Amino acid sequence: MTPVVSAQKICKSFGSVDVLKGIDLEVHEREVLCLIGPSGSGKSTLLRCINHLEKVDAGRLYVDGVLVGYKQRGDKLHELREKEVAVQRKDIGMVFQRFNLFPHMTALENIMEAPVQVRREPKAQARQRALELLDRVGLADKAKNYPAQLSGGQQQRVAIARALAMQPKLMLFDEPTSALDPELVGDVLGVMKQLAKDGMTMVVVTHEMQFAREVADKVLFMDGGVVVEEGPPDQVIGNPREERTKEFLARVLNPNA
Amino acid sequence: MSSPSAESTAPAPEPDVAPEAAPIRAVPVRHYGRWAAGVVILFLAFIVVRSVVTNSNLQWDVVGEYLFDDRILRGLQNTLILTGISMVIGVVGGILLAVMRLSPNPLMSGAAGIYIWLFRGTPLITQLLVWNYLAAAYPRVGLGIPFGPEFVSWNTNNLINLFAASLLGLGLNEAAYMAEIVRGGIASVDSGQLEAASALGMKRTTTLRRIILPQAMRVIIPPTGNETIAMLKTTSLVVVIGYFELMVSVQQIYAQNYKIIPLLLTAGVWYLFMTSILTLIQMQIEKHFSRGTSRGVANQAKWRSRMLGFRFGAGRGGAGGATA
Repeated sequence: MTPVVSAQKICKSFGSVDVLKGIDLEVHEREVLCLIGPSGSGKSTLLRCINHLEKVDAGRLYVDGVLVGYKQRGDKLHELREKEVAVQRKDIGMVFQRFNLFPHMTALENIMEAPVQVRREPKAQARQRALELLDRVGLADKAKNYPAQLSGGQQQRVAIARALAMQPKLMLFDEPTSALDPELVGDVLGVMKQLAKDGMTMVVVTHEMQFAREVADKVLFMDGGVVVEEGPPDQVIGNPREERTKEFLARVLNPNA
Repeated sequence: MSSPSAESTAPAPEPDVAPEAAPIRAVPVRHYGRWAAGVVILFLAFIVVRSVVTNSNLQWDVVGEYLFDDRILRGLQNTLILTGISMVIGVVGGILLAVMRLSPNPLMSGAAGIYIWLFRGTPLITQLLVWNYLAAAYPRVGLGIPFGPEFVSWNTNNLINLFAASLLGLGLNEAAYMAEIVRGGIASVDSGQLEAASALGMKRTTTLRRIILPQAMRVIIPPTGNETIAMLKTTSLVVVIGYFELMVSVQQIYAQNYKIIPLLLTAGVWYLFMTSILTLIQMQIEKHFSRGTSRGVANQAKWRSRMLGFRFGAGRGGAGGATA
């Protein structure tokens, strides 16, 4: 079976800074992959490459067996048109660190926007599904609220519902709890856990080691643009082999030491 | 640094009695300075109003006589038409230029840049005159294939009358200024909004129409209101090409009867009336586009309590914020 995400020797640089230096990666259906590592290690960039928010400089990246951002004709790669990229992104949901809800729309309108504008769903149907999704993330009573009237945790849950409204086959999470007050983190992680249990394929950049241990099928530790260590969470987080992984975990798990 | 150093401050004194949970009813600060300044302002206002009412040189009866004079009303009508159409040209052209300016195509953004440079860099009077005398440079204008056959052509003087020259001058000049206002508005929208829209599979044009422009509007509208009010008065420049509007009508009348001050007052009354209406419209539009912002609920501290420092009524005072 083709993996949902498959990356081979991905490289990416911003100017003279090499952010990704040959990353290999595979995510299968119903799998949850957690990317961990220090800031600047390239994990967010890798995530953004998967839906082509960043262009890959070298290597190949496939989602559902289809090359992302390019078309292969003979032995030449052609860049996709903006419209074609948009079509590829429809099936990939993304959740941002800073939520990025549309502030001029209510929670309900935020969720309905893409189904109506991109998938041309009838409004009534989109509204019905949006209400169901709000209920699923525990915010059925906040449909008419604007983002500014919601807490960070509530905004992030609306953002998850907004991404789910496009019925994606893959969800990307870019540090979804890093901008939240500590007591609000649990609600968002709870929604994500449920999502994983329901069989959603997910790639999650996170600093929540407890979440990674509980939910991830595979953990990938990155540093300096390379994959240092990968494997099941009990191995990478519970019993790391590499020195750099040990150092990082020691600092993350016990920051006051 | 993190070692638990000894707490140097004295322990806080234990209150003997637990403070009552009743609402605090403290004596408000008395703003004596504000009272004094207020008295001065009121006195000055009295002097001004008294002179306006009693000075017979102002000839308010003449103002009343001319307020609805035919020539004045025709001038007023022209002012409104010129302002309205010029602003439509300006806003539509401005959005077009701003989008061009932000285009990834360097020739597009370059062309918009040169347009803005040209139309902001020369006086409006010059532009009005150039449009008016365009026939001197291009006696005929036509439609056809460049360097090929021409299908139709017109005499420039017939095509561009005074009205058209005024609109071209005012509207195209305004577009250059509006372009910068719209560009600023678009730039003020957080780049995360564009990313979120892209990640949802929205196309560029959809993103611009549904996500970026509605948010940019909040930044675009106040200066656009300014521009409209300025345009109301700038239309009087059409006098240089011999066209007329409110100010020109007024000047023509007092050139005959020498009732200069009352006629200037007449014009002033009409201009103030129109700007007041425009301000009201602007407030309504701003309210519409402030949806979802906490500042949409304005700070409504009552001015009586600001001024006098007294509490009025038993109601709970204080800042009303957005719902939590």
